[in-house]
Amino acid sequence: MIDNAAFSDPARDRRIFTGRLLIAGLLAIVLTSAVLYRYFDLQVTQHQDFATHSDNNRVHVRPAAPSRGLIYDRNGKLLADNRPSYSLSIIRERSVNLEQLLQQISSLIDISSDDIERFEKRLTRRKPYEPTPLRFNLSEQERGILAVNGYRLDGAEVTARLTRFYPNAELFAHVIGYVGRINERESQQIDSVAYSGTDSIGKIGLEKYYEDQLLGTVGTEHVETNARGRVMRILENVSPLPGTNLTVHLDSNLQRVAHKAFKGDRGALVAIDIKTGGILSMVSAPSYDPNLFVSGISQTNYNQLLHSPDRPLFDRTIRGQYPPGSTIKPLFGLIGLHNNSISMDYSIEDPGYFFMEGIERPWRDHNSKRGGHGKGVDLAKAIIESCDVFFYKMSVKTGIDLLSSYSEMFGLGNLTGIDMPGERPGIMPSREWKQGARQEAWFNGDTINVSIGQGFMLTTPLQLAVMSARIASRGKVLQPQLVKSINGTATQAVESREPITINDEYWDYVHRAMRDVVHAPRGTAKGISRGLDYEIAGKTGTAQVISISAEEEYDSSKIDKSQWDHALFVAFAPVNDPQIAVGLIVENGEHGSSAAAPIARLVIDEYMKSKSKQSQVIANK
Amino acid sequence: MYTNDFVRVMQSPGGERRRGRSMHIDIPLLMILIALCIGGLIVLYSASGQSLFYVKRQGLFMLTGFIAMIAVAQFPVRFWERWAVLIYCIGLISLIFVLFFGVGAKGAQRWLDLGFTRFQPSELMKVAVPMMVSAYLGKRYIPPKFGHILATLALIFMPVLLIVKQPDLGTAILIFASGCFALFLAGLRKRYLISAFLMALAAIPSLWFFVMRDYQKQRVLTLLSPEEDKLGAGWNIIQSTTAIGSGGLNGKGWTLGTQSQLNFLPESHTDFIIAVLAEEFGLIGVLTLCTAYLLLIGRCMVIALNSQSQFGRLIAGSLTLTFFIYVFVNMSMVSGILPVVGVPLPLISYGGTAIVTLFLGFGILMAISTEPKRIRIEL
Repeated sequence: MIDNAAFSDPARDRRIFTGRLLIAGLLAIVLTSAVLYRYFDLQVTQHQDFATHSDNNRVHVRPAAPSRGLIYDRNGKLLADNRPSYSLSIIRERSVNLEQLLQQISSLIDISSDDIERFEKRLTRRKPYEPTPLRFNLSEQERGILAVNGYRLDGAEVTARLTRFYPNAELFAHVIGYVGRINERESQQIDSVAYSGTDSIGKIGLEKYYEDQLLGTVGTEHVETNARGRVMRILENVSPLPGTNLTVHLDSNLQRVAHKAFKGDRGALVAIDIKTGGILSMVSAPSYDPNLFVSGISQTNYNQLLHSPDRPLFDRTIRGQYPPGSTIKPLFGLIGLHNNSISMDYSIEDPGYFFMEGIERPWRDHNSKRGGHGKGVDLAKAIIESCDVFFYKMSVKTGIDLLSSYSEMFGLGNLTGIDMPGERPGIMPSREWKQGARQEAWFNGDTINVSIGQGFMLTTPLQLAVMSARIASRGKVLQPQLVKSINGTATQAVESREPITINDEYWDYVHRAMRDVVHAPRGTAKGISRGLDYEIAGKTGTAQVISISAEEEYDSSKIDKSQWDHALFVAFAPVNDPQIAVGLIVENGEHGSSAAAPIARLVIDEYMKSKSKQSQVIANK
Repeated sequence: MYTNDFVRVMQSPGGERRRGRSMHIDIPLLMILIALCIGGLIVLYSASGQSLFYVKRQGLFMLTGFIAMIAVAQFPVRFWERWAVLIYCIGLISLIFVLFFGVGAKGAQRWLDLGFTRFQPSELMKVAVPMMVSAYLGKRYIPPKFGHILATLALIFMPVLLIVKQPDLGTAILIFASGCFALFLAGLRKRYLISAFLMALAAIPSLWFFVMRDYQKQRVLTLLSPEEDKLGAGWNIIQSTTAIGSGGLNGKGWTLGTQSQLNFLPESHTDFIIAVLAEEFGLIGVLTLCTAYLLLIGRCMVIALNSQSQFGRLIAGSLTLTFFIYVFVNMSMVSGILPVVGVPLPLISYGGTAIVTLFLGFGILMAISTEPKRIRIEL
C-alpha cells in the first residue's frame, strides 16, 4: 500500500520517538521551571510590594464630613441651618459610556443644559475616581426613580449630605454670607485633609470669617471597596466632630423690620448695642437669596444678580463708602468744643453763604433757602437746623488736624475691626492722607468741604453707627462685634482703646442738640417724633452724588434719580440711657429727614418694644 | 499491509488481570484527572464569587467529559487512526462554514449554530489536527521526508489559517503547535528544525504587520509595559500579578483573596483563574498544581512510550505536549511573561467546550494505554 511502511523498522521508529519525547520532556521541565521562577519571584521576592498594592486596591480611607456649626441669632433663632440634601454624582471611571449615561439619566429625571454645562466644568478639575456632582437637591420622587433604575446606571450614585440652608433667605445674606463650592483658587489654599469630607467653604460674611470654627473636624472611614468602588464593609471609623455653633448679636425681628423699611430702595443700615458693641441689625438693601449659592448658582441667576443696577451682591454696610454729609456735624461740634475752638455760647450770623479770605467762590448753605439761618446761630441750632455756614467757620477755627485725629477715635477713616471679611476703611482726610493720595498740599477749602461731611470724606454705614454709638456712650470705644457667643461661651466686648475723655457738659450739650433734631419744632427730623414715648437723638444728613456749583440750585426734578442725593441718618436712643445706635443711608433718597430718619424710627421702635417686653418678663418672674 | 500483520500477537503477562484494563481505563491517569477536577472545582467556587451555579455547571461539564473520555477509550487505537481523515475533514468543512455562517461575540466568529446547540469547530480541531498528522506520519518513513513534511504542513495550515481568520490567534497557535509536535516527535531532521526556527524568526515582522489585529498587537505592547495603560489593557495584567504576588507563600486562604473576591481581577473564573489560586493558596498552591500537571504529563508520556504503533506514539506525544503548552501559556500570560491570549488553564478554568475537548484527548490516551501489548519480533 504505502511502500515506505514496508521497509519501516518499528524498533528504530520507537528509538527516534523516545529520543524526541525525552528532548520535549526536558524542554517542558525547563519551561515549567521558568514559569515557577516567575511565580516565586512574584509571590516570595516581591510579595511585600504586591501585598501593599493589593491593600491599596481594596482599602480606601473615606472622609466623613463633619456637620457645619449652626448660627443662631440673639434670641436663639436659626440663621444658618444644615439640611439633608440628596445629590446625584457620577464617577466617570465607573461609567461605561458617559454620554449614554447622561442621556439615560436625563430621560429619567430633569437635567437642565445648565446642569450638564456645570457638570462638565467640574469634570475637568476633579481627581480620578472622584464623584462629580450632576444634580443637587433631588426630590423624593427623583430619588425613587434613580433607585429603581440604578442597576442600569453604572457610575451614577445618589449621595446624601448635609447642606447649608438659610431659613431667612435674603434677610441675612450679606452679614451671614453663604457657603459655596470650593473653587480652584481656594482649593490651593485650604488644608486638603481638613476639607476632604466637604465640598463647600464659607465664601463671604460670617461664614467666611468664622470658617475655621464652623468647619468642624473631619472624620475617617476605612472602607473596603470592590473594583467598581462599591463599599463592601467599613473596617474602622473615626467620627467627625461637628463645627462650633455661633450665636450672633443680631436680632431677626429687628433685621426684618429694617429690611422691610427700605421698601426696595437701595441702602444700608447698621444698628449697634451701645453697651456691648454688638451688632443688632445689619441690612444692605436690596439683598438676594444666599441659598442660591450653596450648591452652585446657575449662570443666568448669577448674571442677573451681577448686572442688576441695584447691585444686590454689594454689601453696602461695610463696603459702601459714602460722604457722611451733615451726620458728622455733632461729632465735629463736639471736637470743636473739646478743643476750645468754639464755646457753648459761640454763635454766628448766617447769611446763607460763606466767603473765605482770598477765595472768590462762596460756600453755600445747603439746608436753607435764600437768606440762611439768620442771626444767633450757635452750635445747638447749627446741629438742630443743620446750618452749614456755622461748621464752615468752626472748622477753619479748629483745623483739619484736630478734626481728623479726633474723628478717627470715633471710628472714621479706619477699619472698625468688625468680625466680617471685606470691610472698607472709608476716608477721614488729613494732610498726610492728601499728600499720600493726591500729592497735594492741604487747603483750608478742603477743611470747609470736610466740615459738612463732603469733599474727600467717605464713611461706611457701619462707621456711622459706630460713631453714633461712641457719641451716645460718651466716648466708650467698643469694637463692633457680630458674634455674641461661640459654642455657648460669650465673647468679650473689645475696647479698642481707652475711653475718649471729653467734658461731661459737652457730651450733654451735644446729646441735647441731637435730641432736639428729633424733638424740637425746628429739628430737621421732627417728623419722626410723633407718638414717641421715649426720646431719640439723631442727626440727618444729605450727601451729594454730583457736585452742584454755588450758583446752581439742586433740583431733583431736573436730574436722573441715580444722581439724587443720598439720604443719611444717625441716631441713638433712649437719650437718657442710650442703648441702641443706628447709622443708615438710603441711596438717592434725597433727604435724610424724609427718607432715612423714618427707617431709624421703625428700627428703634422695634428694639424698644422688645426691650420693654423683656423687662416685663423679668418683672413677672 | 500493516506492519502489525507480521507481528506475532501475545498478551503481556498479567495484563488482563490489571484492574480497569477491561474497561479501557488507565487508573493512574484517571486518579490524577479526578484530583485535578476536584481541585479545579474548589478554586472555581471561590473564583466565581462563591457561586454554586458555576460549580454545578462545571461539574456537569466534567461529568460529560469523563463519559466522553471513557466512550472514546472503548474504541481501539486503529479505529481512530482510520477515522482521523473523516474527523479532520468534518472539522475543516465546519471551519469553512464558520467563516460564512458563524456566530460569535466581540468581533470574532467562532461558533456554528446547529439549532439545538452551539459548536466550536476550532475546539474539535485541537484533537483532530494532531490525530490527522499522526495518522499521516504514522504510515510514512521515519524520519519524514521533505515531500511528507510539506504535506503535513498543508494539513496543519489549512485549519490554522481558517482559525486565524475568525480571528482566534490563541487557538490557532495551539493547533499549529500540536501539529508541529507530531512532526517533531516523528523525528524531523535537525536541518529542517533549524530552518523552521529561522523562518519563524523571519515571519514575525510580517505576522505583526499583516496577520495580527490591533487588539492583538495591543496585548503584546501591554505585556511590555502594563503601566502605560493602567485602567485599560494593562489593568488585567496589573491586577493579576498583584493577586499572585499578594498571595505570598501560603496564600490568603480559600475565598479570602481580596483581589478576586472584590472583583479587581478580571476573568477570574476563566482564563485568569490561576491568579485566584495563587492569591488564595500561595506559592504552595501553585507548586501543588504544577506537580499534579507534571504527574499527568509524565503519565501521558509513559503511555506514549508504551504505545504499540507509530500513530499511537505520535498522537499521545503531541496531545501531551499540547496539554503542557496550555498550562505553560496560561500560567505565563497571567503572570505577565507572555501576552494575553485566550488560553484557559486546562481542567481548572470554567468552560464547557474546552473541558470536553480535553477529555476527548485523554480518551484517546486511555485507548492507547489499554491497547493489547504485544511482543514484537526484534529484527
